[in-house]
Amino acid sequence: MQTFDLGKEGLRALNSSLHALKGQTNMTAWEVVNPKGAHAIAAGVDAPVDITVRGSTGYYCAGMNKQATIRIKGSAGPGVAENMMSGTVIIDGNASQYAGATGRGGLLVIKGNASSRCGVSMKGIDIVVHGSIGHMSAFMAQSGNLVVLGDAGDALGDSLYEARLFVRGSVKSLGADCIEKEMRPEHLALLADLLKRGEADGQARPEEFKRYGSARKLYNFNIDNAAAY
Amino acid sequence: MCGIVGLFLKDPKLEPQLGAMLTDMLITMTDRGPDSAGIAIYGGAKDGLGKITIQSASPDKDFKNLDGDLHDAIGQPVTMLIKSTHAVLEVPLDQLDAARSALSHLRPGVKVMSAGDSIEIFKEVGLPKDVAARFDVARMKGTHGIGHTRMATESAVTTMGAHPFSTGPDQCLVHNGSLSNHNGLRRELIRKGMTFETQNDTEVAAAYVSQKLKEGEDLGTALESGLEDLDGFYTFVVGTKNGFGVVRDPIACKPAVMAETDAYVAFGSEYRALVNLPGIENARVWEPEPATVYFWER
Repeated sequence: MQTFDLGKEGLRALNSSLHALKGQTNMTAWEVVNPKGAHAIAAGVDAPVDITVRGSTGYYCAGMNKQATIRIKGSAGPGVAENMMSGTVIIDGNASQYAGATGRGGLLVIKGNASSRCGVSMKGIDIVVHGSIGHMSAFMAQSGNLVVLGDAGDALGDSLYEARLFVRGSVKSLGADCIEKEMRPEHLALLADLLKRGEADGQARPEEFKRYGSARKLYNFNIDNAAAY
Repeated sequence: MCGIVGLFLKDPKLEPQLGAMLTDMLITMTDRGPDSAGIAIYGGAKDGLGKITIQSASPDKDFKNLDGDLHDAIGQPVTMLIKSTHAVLEVPLDQLDAARSALSHLRPGVKVMSAGDSIEIFKEVGLPKDVAARFDVARMKGTHGIGHTRMATESAVTTMGAHPFSTGPDQCLVHNGSLSNHNGLRRELIRKGMTFETQNDTEVAAAYVSQKLKEGEDLGTALESGLEDLDGFYTFVVGTKNGFGVVRDPIACKPAVMAETDAYVAFGSEYRALVNLPGIENARVWEPEPATVYFWER
């Protein structure tokens, strides 16, 4: 186990050490102490290592992550796991705005609540939120899955493409072109797997969720609406 | 960007450290705005006395014998404490308006930063650490306070363009964001009798709230009205003699984190600003909801 004191050694030293890890490494377990809300902790890691951050983080923690498993033993600031490519990010507390934004792959697990714009423009990432999510979540989401055990705020899935949204609680309002869709057996199977991987299988059953997706009405310009522009 | 910090103390034992705590929080937020910084501190209200904080670009000239000249003008005792480019004048509470009016004749170059029972505002161009050191903010005591570090986006980097803005007795407001309808609103407020020192959007928001209070609304209702009338991006933190309020616009893209313990309520643009507060490990930490007014009062 490599223990890194962010208060003493600084962010640049941490991230250069993590970026230096390539291919096979013996240093597979890292612990970061004294994060104190610093920005960009463990951003841009590209190695199959396990990193635990003991405390709360600032902007863009675990951004662009590839392969690594990053655990935050606190809450995360704005843009956690933004543009994640692969790997896993698990937050014990809450996440601020635009968690998992533009994420292309991997799994983001938020055990508390996520704030506004969770999964905005997601492009293949899977996000499992044990609590609730804020307004404008999954705005322009393109692909991937967003699972919410609690409630969703206003304008869920506005201008959605092909991402799948599963919400167990209430949805305050749906955004433009986002509709409830039928839950078919393949969705229940997908959800069961996501709940298991998202460490939430003990808390919720797939049958309790509703599925939301794109009505696909914004895909093509409708000439009848020309007067509206 | 801009950075905001705020502290509302519930435990009087912390009051001697208010300035030190706010200074530490504000310096942490330096990256969010290095143009100018300011702080509003509420404390030290004395029975029957009011305070006017003034600023001058030529303090040596303007502050020289100002207490004596003001005494002669209003016929009442005046004390003056000079801190760099600012000075705090203490006058009998019922003479606040008379003293302000006399000031504008005696020293036309002097700007009034704040007036009221307990508010003092210090703000200047420069980094938070330099501004805080210049006014010795770390040694100030008080019940609550608000700090701001500015990254100017829509009006000049000047002392008067720095936050907090005070447009009514014991009132102040700081802002992270930008308003888009401030010019129209400013014209309406001028018609209603408000006066403005700058072309700054935040000053309009402050004057809007002051006008609503003048019309008899309480602070909570005034901020609710603002959600209808102020167009743009904002996280506002406002101070009054007894209270401390927070509101974010409905889109809420300007960040805000709050923490509450038995000893205090704290605000920071980022969690980083709160990490050195006592007992933060066990505080309730949350993000204020969009379009929701929060208010604490003693």
